[in-house]
Amino acid sequence: MDSTYYNPADLAKFGNITEWQPEMGNKFFAYYAEVFKEGALTEREKALIALAVAHAVQCPYCIDAYTTDSLQKGADEAQMMEAVHVAAAIKGGAALVHGVQMMNKAKEMSM
Amino acid sequence: MIKSLQARNAPLADTGYQLTVLTEAEAAGARLPAFGQKLRETGLLPLRPTALQTMQINVGRMCNQVCKHCHVDAGPDRKEIMTRETMQLCLDALAQTDIAVVDLTGGAPEMNPDFRWLVEQISALGRRTIVRCNLTIIVANKQYHDLPEFFARHQVLVVSSLPHFSAGRTDAQRGEGVFEKSIRALKMLNSVGYGQPESGLLLDLVYNPSGAFLPGSQAGLEREFKQRLGREFGIVFNSLLTITNLPVSRFLDYLLESGNYEKYMQQLVDAYNPTAAANVMCRSTLSIGWDGQLYDCDFNQQLDLLVGGAAPKHIRDFDEARLHDRNIVINQHCYGCTAGAGSSCGGATT
Repeated sequence: MDSTYYNPADLAKFGNITEWQPEMGNKFFAYYAEVFKEGALTEREKALIALAVAHAVQCPYCIDAYTTDSLQKGADEAQMMEAVHVAAAIKGGAALVHGVQMMNKAKEMSM
Repeated sequence: MIKSLQARNAPLADTGYQLTVLTEAEAAGARLPAFGQKLRETGLLPLRPTALQTMQINVGRMCNQVCKHCHVDAGPDRKEIMTRETMQLCLDALAQTDIAVVDLTGGAPEMNPDFRWLVEQISALGRRTIVRCNLTIIVANKQYHDLPEFFARHQVLVVSSLPHFSAGRTDAQRGEGVFEKSIRALKMLNSVGYGQPESGLLLDLVYNPSGAFLPGSQAGLEREFKQRLGREFGIVFNSLLTITNLPVSRFLDYLLESGNYEKYMQQLVDAYNPTAAANVMCRSTLSIGWDGQLYDCDFNQQLDLLVGGAAPKHIRDFDEARLHDRNIVINQHCYGCTAGAGSSCGGATT
């Protein structure tokens, strides 16, 4: 057994998930490829969204993949860090906005 | 400013050592297949020329910049430049052919004292000149300030490197302050008509990744560049050409120093594209070194890989038929031109 849960070499093996369930796996990858094509959003914008989400879900594979992808699509350091701040703001905000729930409950229980 | 590999006496200044590095992984039984093997699988081995379309002349290694990724190891300390006599041999050869385009590269080609003479002679032969202009040379010294007018007079196609629309990523590759100078030079080119609609004066920009990754889509990056350079600086240009960095000279040095070499080579191999392989520029180009020696491309030139077989090795012995009947010399660096959408001096090839 490997000593860590995450191995960088596993990223390249992502496609292997189709081996045990080809139909669903292939549909997922076809959908995935479609999603990242240029559409109403540019490829660079999509790469930056993916980079932000990668940080929000804290997926090391995705951070690796979408740091590379963002650079390839022409993003610079400032854009990439702003994307990460968007993720952080939403994650932080999501925690803090529940403060209202806490306040409501506390007020309800207090004299 | 960083120094050239030669000025640093770095081991990679020796092209033989570069070739050893490039082939060592293969010799050690590593995962990287030999480039020739890939071509064989694609039915392209031996790689043969198609019709000769471009004469690319490297007029010297002297340059006012020292870019981190430079495959020529160019810089202010490099004194190897083409003489007018060798230029005349190139012109004599050109006159014997139907080649329509002469692509001048360096170093900074404009630093060769006979550069303007060469462009005038090419025009006199009725052929088109491409100049690979690093932009900053235009603002480097008063004697170069009128280059935009000179280019315009001879309808020269100007192809200029600008690796990013942000100063940070440009300067990281090309040196401190290069972005600001490049913007000034682009404005000077625009002001004489370059890149302007209907002017007939073409200005293309070259995008090289500033690091160990492949370029993204040429069309997508062109849209981004046009939007950003237009909005922020009022700059216009015609096309953006994406060029992949090949593991040669200073880019090879960067890959090894940064620990990216194996991963980068694997990326290139994984992205091998048979269509790009069929369209590689060496099939339709003749590359001439500063001393008149002949090569399949500028990368082979910087690795001292002369044209192979019985083909003439020097421009004084130019013979189109014998050059056409040659096998193109390949090595592991060639993976750079066949990855993804393909790469050439004219950008993506697919």
